[in-house]
Amino acid sequence: MDKIARIDMGAAGGPKVTVGDLGQYAGLGGRAMTSLMVAAEVHPLAHALGAENKLVISPGMLSGTTGSMTGRLSVGCKSPLTGTIKESNAGGQAAQVLARLGYAAVVLEGKPEGDDLYKIVINKDGIQVIADNSLKLMDNYPLVAKLRQEYGDKVAYMTIGSAGERKLLAASIACTDPELRPTRHCGRGGVGAVMGAKRVKAIIIDDAGMKMRPPKDPEKYRDANRKFVEGLRKHPVTGEGLPAYGTNVLTNVLNEAGGYPTNNFKSGQFAESASLSGETQAALEIQRGGSATHGCHRGCVIQCSGIYNDKDGNYVTKQPEYETVWSHGGHCGISNLDTVARLDYMDDNIGVDTIEMGVTIGVAMDAGLAEFGDDAAAIRLMEEVEKGTPLGRILGSGAAITGKVFGVERVPVVKDQALPAYDPRAIQGIGVTYATTTQGADHTAGYAIATNILKVGGDVDPLKTEGQIELSRNLQIATAAIDSTGMCLFIAFAIMDQPETFQALLDMLGSFNGITMTGDDVVALGKKVLSAERDFNTRAGFNKHHDRLPRFFYNEPIAPHNQTFMMKDEELDEVFNW
Amino acid sequence: MNITVKLFASFRTGRFEIESRDYPPGTSVADVADSLKLPRHELGIMMINSRHVKLDRLLAEGDTLALFPLLGGG
Repeated sequence: MDKIARIDMGAAGGPKVTVGDLGQYAGLGGRAMTSLMVAAEVHPLAHALGAENKLVISPGMLSGTTGSMTGRLSVGCKSPLTGTIKESNAGGQAAQVLARLGYAAVVLEGKPEGDDLYKIVINKDGIQVIADNSLKLMDNYPLVAKLRQEYGDKVAYMTIGSAGERKLLAASIACTDPELRPTRHCGRGGVGAVMGAKRVKAIIIDDAGMKMRPPKDPEKYRDANRKFVEGLRKHPVTGEGLPAYGTNVLTNVLNEAGGYPTNNFKSGQFAESASLSGETQAALEIQRGGSATHGCHRGCVIQCSGIYNDKDGNYVTKQPEYETVWSHGGHCGISNLDTVARLDYMDDNIGVDTIEMGVTIGVAMDAGLAEFGDDAAAIRLMEEVEKGTPLGRILGSGAAITGKVFGVERVPVVKDQALPAYDPRAIQGIGVTYATTTQGADHTAGYAIATNILKVGGDVDPLKTEGQIELSRNLQIATAAIDSTGMCLFIAFAIMDQPETFQALLDMLGSFNGITMTGDDVVALGKKVLSAERDFNTRAGFNKHHDRLPRFFYNEPIAPHNQTFMMKDEELDEVFNW
Repeated sequence: MNITVKLFASFRTGRFEIESRDYPPGTSVADVADSLKLPRHELGIMMINSRHVKLDRLLAEGDTLALFPLLGGG
């Protein structure tokens, strides 16, 4: 990864590609690359859908190597949903392939005049930008099927569906999995709308003729990777729970803990949660000839995904994640996994974030557009988004917009991004992360669920305020670093509990570059990324008063614990005080 | 005393999902786990009435005890 490609979509005479060296961004990848570049180069007051915004696509530091779990791709920009800086990452094949082609970043800049739609082809010979108006308003599944006729199956595709073209604020960027399904999404923050604003419909990445990226110290790298994989296989979460049940194993855990937001955050438990559980889902997938164990990219040893078929054995979608099963399920009072799977497919196809869409439908139900628990109505509302009707455009612009349009008071968002599947009144630690992360409400930014609920990597009481600030701070720093390596965040479960597995990760990072990496180096990297993101947000007009939860979390206790969010404002203001 | 025991994920294999069971007063979480032949080192998340507890916690009449292996997701 020794070069950066910049594609000026608004250049006079048509899109212009410039390939240059790494300059000030040498050594960076993933979130470190996207956030440092956006912070340095994008005007903080830019309109997110305007020519001044940039869409930075970057494989992680170890992507494209023989290292396991290194397939995360980061996409960064100013978010049209939140107005903050945004980094959204996904699995799939794109990161590995792009990294092997040598690109530390591909940056979409400017904005074309007119309404031509473009595809970008990246291969060993260079980068071509080609107008292709035959792709207009195609959704992801048929779009990838059409592109495969021309570019085949040995490439990775990054695409936007109709939602991205329509610049809806929930629009995602899809990355194909090893079997070319457009199921792995950079979902959060409307990154698909930014790609759509630049009129880029698809990026086709072909690494034919390229080799794995060579480590500086191959022997040490191989040895560290072996120990790293052993550690992942040995830990009960990464070696047993996630492969067998996927992320949705959390439905029963969160429901039992009283932190499962139900019917738009009105209760912490859902009476019908058992029918949505990971245990139920995995059994159904196997019974129907799908699979409960599948990797989103080659080189994954955790294999947390799966294949969800209908009752006749036909493919519906990839295994819906816990957050999706929650947002389209319990959050909307829906308890039918087939309904959730269909909505998951529609999200992937149209190209929208499953968390934002599910939460939005629950807010719409609170507004009286449908009854909680009405499966058919939820599908109808998604069809509005698919068709791009005025109602569909409102819904596709997320929970905050929908709440405003329909006069709903209980709108679970921070910085206008929807809260995920963990109630901050029953789990105080995750509320700290929701409130303070640079990204708008985001569980992955500092996954306090691990220590509050799952008792991995420590034990902090979820119902108390003690220890939560320090916990969220440390997790946010560690996450910013991991998001830069290309490693899947799920490795954290093993490295938090097993010092030798953390050391193996450090040795992978070090031996790849022929240096020695320490825990302090990782912390320094995480702080550097967060500081750049905070600086951008400050210049974009955000201050400490935006680092708060919506008032109803402070005013409305939730069953069964009958607690509110109790963290003091002054405590929240200490999260980044290092 | 009457205790509702809920098991999850791999703990269900060869056991049950939910059962109402009788235990003598003074029974701890560890005693229940032992009675179900759940290896203690595999116990990840233990909750009584939706609150996390430790192995030595004593049960009371009418409690609901939920036992999970170590799990993760997100």
